[in-house]
Order: sequence, then structure tokens, then C-alpha cells
Amino acid sequence: MVALSLPAPPRTSVLTDVGHVWWRETLTIVRDPFSLIFSLVQPLVFLGFFGPLLSGLAGDGALFGGSSLQWFLPGVVVMITMFGTSMTGANLQFEIMTGAFERMLATPLARSSLMVGRALKELTPLVVQAAIITLVAIPFGFVLYPMHVVVGLVMLGIFGVGVGALSYALAIAARKTEWIFWAVQQSLLFPLLILSGMMLPLETGPGWMQVVSKFNPLTYIVDAERVLFSGTFGSLTIVWGFVAALVTAAVGLFVGVRSIRKATI
Amino acid sequence: MIHTEALTRSFRVGKETIEAVRGIDLDVAEGELVAFLGPNGAGKSTTLRMLTSLLPPSSGSAQVAGVDVVAKPAEVRRRIGYIGQKDGAGHNYRVWDELVMQGRFYGMSKAQAVANGEDLLRTLDLDALRMRKVSTLSGGQKRRLDIALGLIHAPGLLFLDEPSTGMDPQNRANLWEHITRIREQRGTTIVLTTHYLDEADAMAERVVIIDHGRIIADDTADALKRKQAGDRLTVVVRPADADRTRGLLATEGSEPAEKPDPDGVALSIRVEAASHAMPGVLERLRTAGVDVLAASARQPTLDDVFLNLTGRSLREGES
Repeated sequence: MVALSLPAPPRTSVLTDVGHVWWRETLTIVRDPFSLIFSLVQPLVFLGFFGPLLSGLAGDGALFGGSSLQWFLPGVVVMITMFGTSMTGANLQFEIMTGAFERMLATPLARSSLMVGRALKELTPLVVQAAIITLVAIPFGFVLYPMHVVVGLVMLGIFGVGVGALSYALAIAARKTEWIFWAVQQSLLFPLLILSGMMLPLETGPGWMQVVSKFNPLTYIVDAERVLFSGTFGSLTIVWGFVAALVTAAVGLFVGVRSIRKATI
Repeated sequence: MIHTEALTRSFRVGKETIEAVRGIDLDVAEGELVAFLGPNGAGKSTTLRMLTSLLPPSSGSAQVAGVDVVAKPAEVRRRIGYIGQKDGAGHNYRVWDELVMQGRFYGMSKAQAVANGEDLLRTLDLDALRMRKVSTLSGGQKRRLDIALGLIHAPGLLFLDEPSTGMDPQNRANLWEHITRIREQRGTTIVLTTHYLDEADAMAERVVIIDHGRIIADDTADALKRKQAGDRLTVVVRPADADRTRGLLATEGSEPAEKPDPDGVALSIRVEAASHAMPGVLERLRTAGVDVLAASARQPTLDDVFLNLTGRSLREGES
């Protein structure tokens, strides 16, 4: 017996799928804009409390190559990217438990769009966050180079999709024991941030730290963002930043899509 | 609509291999309402997950809605609707947003998704809840929303995995009313799993009984009961009369089964049309001097069918 063939709805492109997944997630912010306000507080706290300590420590000299704010602010932008996108899996884990993830797996959505769309949602507030901390910093001597910042955000976007996808894969791997997700996420996040020279310059640190930081993709991102935020385009550091971002995105998507295919939720 | 050949699936748990599905051959025609009935762990849900492309089979083949699930899983997903065991709607999202986005996931235009969404909200009594957060809905409301999510793209083939588990009888009846109405309107082919006997009995036109990963019976509920179980006629007599009664009953139908009873001994036989046979049986027992303390005639249930086929009751272990 030949099974009867059913007509199918129009096929959608991967980009359309990404847009749909992103919009579904973003609707939670649209419906509760208040949640966004809280997410703005954290970077301001870092900038307002950590920044002055840094400039006091270094006496605003050679260590930061000029203003400590100009040095520190791009680091805070990278930090909020990492905080946001590494949490992608936490929301997913909740949806695996309640069942919404399975419902979406049963739709024709491209597997990669499930990850990219979610990671992009975590990046959406970032644009607002970055804009606000930048504007707040200007009266304190921060010099804004808008075009450079935009390029910097694009780089962070690519990198963030990779981190989001890895977080997503982690959530699937840890779907049966929730705490493992947090244990791994937390124990990776801070070493990665510190060993990228995001908070404090590594130049004054021990040699081994500087060696380890060379293997941390985040280091190249942070360095590139600093160059961009200081208003320079003509530097090889930016190229390496994009290379690190693209490699992270490629590895993240590969691992993520594989974990969706292999998982039996 | 569905055609499978020797479909199997095994899982590795540690060093052990569990054969969840051991060879399912199944054909489902357009417009049928089929229930997979069986105890928990029988392989019903695993079979359903293979048919919906959520789980690749270990071996065998399946054509669903005209498409091979192994070769083109994404194409299968475009043609079917699936309502899983758990909540389909995300708890942190709004009812209306989830419904419209689900339509968009299936490639529908915004206008089309909105039109179908409005229609389903009305049909499923969800209209007043459209801007509610899903986490604030009751169990029955969530389940109706799941149904709406599964139907937004008007699929010709709908799979439901344990659709009414955990619902109270009133909500179950209400849910079935909705499903039946939608099926009448659209002629949707429906395949569902259930471990509720009465549900399979009342709702499905065709019952596929699955046990230990195999189909052990496949027919209408009536035919299964007629062929596999038959009516049951039971009389209660004093222990002193038990032997004589047993002999007399044996000539009426099947070999009598015996159970202790507070008043004496309960003896039951399988007969055709028990309520019609009852007066004659009682008359003959009285003539033989047996004092019948109580008597009952019972139509068989699907549990009797399952008991006959497997020697186990489906109700065992059910909470």
C-alpha cells in the first residue's frame, strides 16, 4: 500500500526561520519591557564601581594607554555579551522540561535556527545596553566612535551566536540534571573572562596567565573591541578578532546542531 | 496515510540495550482515528516519535503522509501536526503569541496565522485567555492550547501522545468533544496513544494494542471485544454448592473461573450475550437445587481483551 501524500505548506528559508525563532523569544521582552530595565543595571554597576577603582589603581597612565574608561568600557560590553549568550541554554533547559522544545522540534524549523534565533535574542538587549553605557560614559571623558562601535557589535554578534549555540548544546547535554548546566556555565565563564584581560590587564600578571590567554578566543575579541572602541580600523588585531568570532560561531553551530540531532529529548 | 514495515527502535541504557519497539507493521488510511493502546513502556510513544520524525528508527521503514521519515524527516514535519505529552506552549510566553508564531514556524503568512489562530481560539474556548501568560493557565486550558498549537496549520494528519493524561474526567470529555468536532469539520486523520481503556474504547474507531514493542491486536473496539473476550456471566453461590454449579455452568459456556466472594464463591463464564443467557442459566441452577445468592452479566472491556491476550491486566500498576 502506498501512503497517501499530503500537500505541504510553503518551504521557508533558514534565515526566515531564524527570524521567527528570534521574534518568538523577543516577544517576551516586548510584552514585559520591565525585564530589560533590570538587565541595564548590571553593566552600569560595573562601569560605575569598577571603573574608578581601575583608574585609581593605575593612576590613569601607561597601563591603559590613555583613559581607563576607554580601556574598560569595551570590556564591559564583551562581558554583558558573555553573560547574556552563555545563559541561552538556561531558558532552553526550562523549555525542554516543560515540553515547548519538543513541540518546536516537531515543526519544520531548521535545526540551526533554533539555536541562532535564541542566541540573537540574548544579543538584542545588548545593543540597548551598549548604547546606554556608552552614552552614560561620554560625560566622564569617553570618546565615542560610532562606526567603530557598530563594527565591534557585529563582531560580538557573530561571537555571541557561537557562545549561545555552545550554551544550547550544554543545556541539551545536561537536560536530565539541571544543576550541571549552571556548574559548567559558572566555572567556565569567570576564568574565560579573567583570562581574556577583560577586567584587569594581563600585562602585569604572571607569565603563565599570558600564555593561557593566547588560547582563549575571548582574548582576541576583547583586544579587537579595545582597538575598535579607541577609533582605529587599520589594525591586524581586528582581523584576529573576527577570526576568533567566526571560529567560535562555526564550532558552536556544529556542536549545537549535532547535539539536537543526537538527543532524544 | 501511514505505512510502516518492520519498524524497530532500541535504546542503550548503560551497557544494556532496551528494545523499545520490535517490529511494527502498520497501515493507516486517510480519515481514520486510530488509538495505540498499551501499558506504560509498551513502545507506543516511541512508535509515535518515530512516525513524527522526532526519533530515527533503528531499522525498518516508515512512510508518513507520503514521505519517508528516514530520508526526509523535515518534509514529514511540514505535513503533520504533533501534540506531545508535555506542555507545548512555553510557560513564559503569551497564549496568542505562541499560537501565531507556531503558524509562522510552518511557513504561514502572518495574516493566515492570525486568521487560523482566531478561529482556533474560538473553537477551543481560549478567546478570553489570549493575552495571558501560559504559566498562569490551568491544566485543562494548557491542554486546549496544545491542541490549538498542533492544529494551527490545519494538518491532514495529527498525532497526539497521551492527550488526556492527568486530566479530570470532565476536562477529558471536554477535550474529546473538541477533537471530535475538529475531526468532523476537517476530516483529519488522527493517531493517538493512550493507556486509558475507556478512552480508546469510546473515542477510537480502530484500536491497535501494543505490548512489549509489538502489535498484538488491531481491530475496532467492538470486534476486539467480541473476538477476544466475550460477555461475562457471574453467579455467587454457597461453597457447598460450588462443585455442582461448576458442572452446570461448564455446559453453558467456557470453563468457569472461580473467585472468593464475601457471601461464598463467585463463578463466572464467558458466554455470548450474557444478559440474554442469564434467565435460562438461573432457571437451570434453581431446578438443580442451587441457591443463587447473586448474579451479574457484564459486557467485556478492552481490559478483558488485553487480559486475554497477555494474561495481564492493563489496570495493574495504574495509579
